[in-house]
Amino acid sequence: MTALSVDIAGIGFWSRGLPSWAAACDYLRDGSPDAAAPAKPASRLLAANERRRAPETVAVALEVALAACEAAGADPAQLPSVFVSMHGDLAITDYMCATLTEDPRAISPTKFHNSVHNAAAGYWTIGTGCNKPATALSSGDGSFALGLLETLSQLQSGEPAVLLAAYDSQSTGPLAAISSSDGLLGGALVLASHADSAVARLQVEYLNTPAPLLPGRLAAYVGGNAMAPMLPLFEALASGASEAWLHAGPAQAVHVTITHRPMA
Amino acid sequence: MPSLAIRAYTATTATGQGRASLADALRDSRSGLRRNDFGDGGLDTWIGRVDGVEDSPLPAALADWECRNNRLAWLALQQDGVLDAAMAMRATHGADRVAIVIGTSTSSIGATEDAYSRLVDGAFPADLARPRVHTPHSLGGFVQAATGLRGPCVTVATACSSSAKVFAQAARLIQAGLADAALVGGVDTLCGSVLYGFNSLGLVSVDPCRPFDVARNGLSLGEAGGFAVLERGHDAELVLRGYGESSDAHHMSAPHPEGLGARLAMTDALARAGIDAAAVGYLNLHGTATPANDAVEAAAVAALFPDTLHASSTKGWTGHTLGAAGIVESVITLIALAQGQLPGTLNSRDRDPACGPQIRLQGDHRNIRHAMNNSFGFGGNNCSLVFGVGA
Repeated sequence: MTALSVDIAGIGFWSRGLPSWAAACDYLRDGSPDAAAPAKPASRLLAANERRRAPETVAVALEVALAACEAAGADPAQLPSVFVSMHGDLAITDYMCATLTEDPRAISPTKFHNSVHNAAAGYWTIGTGCNKPATALSSGDGSFALGLLETLSQLQSGEPAVLLAAYDSQSTGPLAAISSSDGLLGGALVLASHADSAVARLQVEYLNTPAPLLPGRLAAYVGGNAMAPMLPLFEALASGASEAWLHAGPAQAVHVTITHRPMA
Repeated sequence: MPSLAIRAYTATTATGQGRASLADALRDSRSGLRRNDFGDGGLDTWIGRVDGVEDSPLPAALADWECRNNRLAWLALQQDGVLDAAMAMRATHGADRVAIVIGTSTSSIGATEDAYSRLVDGAFPADLARPRVHTPHSLGGFVQAATGLRGPCVTVATACSSSAKVFAQAARLIQAGLADAALVGGVDTLCGSVLYGFNSLGLVSVDPCRPFDVARNGLSLGEAGGFAVLERGHDAELVLRGYGESSDAHHMSAPHPEGLGARLAMTDALARAGIDAAAVGYLNLHGTATPANDAVEAAAVAALFPDTLHASSTKGWTGHTLGAAGIVESVITLIALAQGQLPGTLNSRDRDPACGPQIRLQGDHRNIRHAMNNSFGFGGNNCSLVFGVGA
């Protein structure tokens, strides 16, 4: 197939110790993690009473999505959005399953409606007043790559710019031994068919070949998180590399060719 | 948008396996709902349970994917020639040119619940220590393994709009040149999370659900699986004409009071199909039978469509099948187009006077050329689809 081309208009990133894209870039230039950084983003978009009890997944997804929009100078209310997570909120899954075993009638209605895979997408559209379409996807360790393909498809169908936000959280309880995921990680891109102040232009191909495993410094730091398969692209964007491979299925890959551009 | 050919379509619901049993039940006003006998049966409610799932283990080669949700997926794949049609797409275009876009709300969380109820020293029992079924992509991964298709494979999980949005995403993948055909669908199965979760929100009725009835008091939960095969081109008896998606931007579990998102989705779907509202011959409503959904949806429909529209909810036959509602009700919409059989609204006796005349309790028989399906989910996630008879 022909490669699809797209501009990156803005980047958002958050992990414990690297609470911004700038912090991640500094770290990759021989910096060190910020030990004093908070364990959970501040959820700037949520009302004060919702901030404290917001699930970690919602907090990190909203943080990176907003950071990417700010970097792109884009109005979040005007962007369709694609949210991807391999597992959704693992702490809520643990809560639901444990509570069903102990006392099913005690399930919290808030935890239940926060258990849907599109919880982050829902809070994002509510917090930004966005009536544009939002979706929530999972595709195992190919989740980020499949989200990227859906984002590109939306651009091809005529949308001028689309938000892609990816995240996964810490596993807990008996589920942790099965669906293992460490820490809290999020990454977001505002992608546009053409952006005046693009950070980089990508050419993206879906291939029936396994993605090569290339160790990176970001992967060494937050590689235990279920969204770590997104890291090769973020590492390449930070380091000026000309390509990145992403998992896109059991024997499938997305290959990204990167043309870096000077920041506007 | 260019129309997409529908090469095969099927649904397996509480009314039976395959679309003929669904069409017969619709014609005969036979509900698939029964008193709750699932799991501990502890909730006083009615459910749409699919018979035979317990007796249909997966083939040995797929045993690693074993769980109720994937069983229902496998059962549904055997019906109405969808697997054959998917294999024909594979032969025509190549396995890597056929995408899989599958919707679900809870995927196989029932297996995770089961593991928590049978922990061995705090760990999952050996028969359930299979990571692939304890994650949302269990469904998409299973369908990929079961079909050998190698195009982009993704699970869409936007609650109750999931398997309507699969048509939109597949259409975009094909339009972008990432695939030439797609196997789309959705599967959701009954589990403790949804029964007790919806109960915690006070949305479950103790009676069979009565959509748009003045005395409606909540939903009946159900399970279902369904699929469709889409291909580039419009040389087919039935086609996908358009899709519309939107967000309410209002509340996680309550619809926008003025139905803003519902109106945006329906208007966008009509625009993409290139037809006027008056051209729609049948509208399958989301119609969950919760007081809020039905009031908001009826008002949005009345604001957009002429009084002559025949619109109905079929939740009284199947229950609310959540992430499978999009595909099940798309199949019902396609049956309406293919057979001229327009369902009414089962169980409902006194139409809420707040509803417009579009909301029909009685079925009708009439040839139509265009039909719409609405699916709305938690998070204010809305999708409307327009189907038509082919050129």
